[in-house]
Amino acid sequence: MEYKDYYKALGVKPNADAEEIKRAFRKAARKYHPDVNTGADAEKKFKDVSEAYEVLKDPEKRAAYDQLGKEPPTGGGSYQPPPGWDSGFQFSGGGPASQEAFSDFFETLFRRGQGAEMHMGARRGSDSHARVQLDIADAYKGAKRRLSIRTPVVGPNGAVSMQDRAISVTIPKGVTEGQHIRLSGQGEPSFNGGPSGDLFLEVSFAPHPVYRLEGKDLYLDLPIAPWEAALGGRVVMPTPDGKVDLNIPKNARSGQKLRLKGKGLPGTPAGNIYATLIIVNPKVTTDEARALFEKMSRDMAFDPRAKLGG
Amino acid sequence: MKKTTARSNLVDTLSLQDLCRFCQADEAWIIELVEYGVIEPRGSTADKWRFQGLNIVRAKKAHRLSRDLGINIAGVAMIIDLLEERQKIQRRLAQYEIV
Repeated sequence: MEYKDYYKALGVKPNADAEEIKRAFRKAARKYHPDVNTGADAEKKFKDVSEAYEVLKDPEKRAAYDQLGKEPPTGGGSYQPPPGWDSGFQFSGGGPASQEAFSDFFETLFRRGQGAEMHMGARRGSDSHARVQLDIADAYKGAKRRLSIRTPVVGPNGAVSMQDRAISVTIPKGVTEGQHIRLSGQGEPSFNGGPSGDLFLEVSFAPHPVYRLEGKDLYLDLPIAPWEAALGGRVVMPTPDGKVDLNIPKNARSGQKLRLKGKGLPGTPAGNIYATLIIVNPKVTTDEARALFEKMSRDMAFDPRAKLGG
Repeated sequence: MKKTTARSNLVDTLSLQDLCRFCQADEAWIIELVEYGVIEPRGSTADKWRFQGLNIVRAKKAHRLSRDLGINIAGVAMIIDLLEERQKIQRRLAQYEIV
């Protein structure tokens, strides 16, 4: 496993006092919280600082961690703690309550069994959460995904090991951003013989260069030529579900929104497609093209700035 | 690696008890979220409440924010409103950047 420099993660000196560490964590937590910061590494950063704080805020854990000393020169992701590194320190519990495990370094060194709690009767395991990112086409057609999930499992002697599980999931078609898929019995196991909790997957969509989804409605910008806008007629428009013919009205304006009913995400009712027309001028590179534009310039009485006044 | 094929279904609505387990929060906390208008269930009394769609996402977000950053419900309610507003603005901005 890889050694973790918790002081570096929080950006504090190894001799920082408890107040400094708390301040550094609070600041970083606000900045990188995945619900606030949508950047790609925010989630990882948040996990790193949470993990670092989990160890450094606890005097016993921090002392045990300091005892490990600096990362040994062997390095290369194959760190092994010296035997008996934690003797003389007392700590227990800690780590995220849910299924999201910290790094191997944390889970091996600092995770301890939560201790046997007294409960009457069998208790259901907790629900756990994960995210699944889909392409827009998956929401049109449905999809299958394989997920791998790491769970810390507490053995009968209180030792913790990481268990990997692969789950295949059917994504139903018509699923929208923010919806949850429930996988019954795939959450955390019960610690006293009750049923397992459920695993919930929150659906999000990978950004697409052309399409945007809002609920079940699909939005896109549709480039058209000036003569298509002026004369109207049929153009072929791509959709995640294949090509469709779209009727452009005569004298269409740039920015005009056309609706294709029922061509959005499937469901009852299905969503719509909204295409925003964007008039694109051809680049004039040939004499022939120049002549056409010159003729329009001569023969058409058109002042695009008539409404500006002045 | 253990392999499983899971029974999966799309979550439509959750009851108060379901939502508590889903968020790992207690009933009093969820009821307070409702009182602050962060989430709006259907149904007249707490035992008939059904939480749907966006409400489920909001409750989950609210719980993470208050747990991870130590924010009270009034603060969480405001942050969630601001985040949604920001998301709307970002979406509109993205439309102009594509052109």
